[in-house]
Amino acid sequence: MSNRRSRVSEEEINRLVSKLQSLLPETRQRGAGRASAAKLLKETCNYIRSLNRDVDDLSDRLSAIMATMDSSSAEAEMVRSLLRS
Amino acid sequence: MKSSTRNPNPNPDTPRFGPSKLMVAFRFLRALTLVHRTAPNSSNAARSRRIQRAAFASMAYSAGPRRAWSRALLWRLHFHRARRLCAGRSRAAGVPRRPSTTRSPADELRRLVPGGTGMDYCSLLEETADYIRCLSEQVKLMQSVVDSGGPRGR
Repeated sequence: MSNRRSRVSEEEINRLVSKLQSLLPETRQRGAGRASAAKLLKETCNYIRSLNRDVDDLSDRLSAIMATMDSSSAEAEMVRSLLRS
Repeated sequence: MKSSTRNPNPNPDTPRFGPSKLMVAFRFLRALTLVHRTAPNSSNAARSRRIQRAAFASMAYSAGPRRAWSRALLWRLHFHRARRLCAGRSRAAGVPRRPSTTRSPADELRRLVPGGTGMDYCSLLEETADYIRCLSEQVKLMQSVVDSGGPRGR
């Protein structure tokens, strides 16, 4: 196995960069372009920030839903519908 | 406990959640139940913060110690929990909130991925890929819970 502390091949970096790009949603992939690694990293940062905002927003919504739940059967219902989906 | 291939639901479609995703789902729901039962009268904001912590916790626990980001998250969650118990101060763990100044894109990324600071470029790319995968799955999971818990919550 290659020693990461020594010279890492450009091939390896390119491979990882492409893998990362494929994980971005399509709209962000277009923004990143194919050539610039710096642009890809920026888009990745933006994507992570938007995911964090989603978690924040969904937590708020879950909290609001929870406020209206008054029995544990509602939780069972959530599990059941989650399994059905 | 590994799930068997036998699906209790007579649903011909491919289930949205495979075995490992199901584990994350159950962990998260268990954490939600705990939040619901232990603090039913807390404010929406406090509960929302606890839910957010539960989200990052279930993500990190399910990834386990095999990843630098999950180890960093778990450490951060425990550290913050200890501080909270001592100081009585509440903070949302797992979500770094710092003003961005002029930094290289790689350094910016290092601050966003747990455990990223001080990581070499190669490892950073690998960790980021895994982190993004898990984080986007967590968002999908939470969206499903919201979708299923909304209209029929009784």
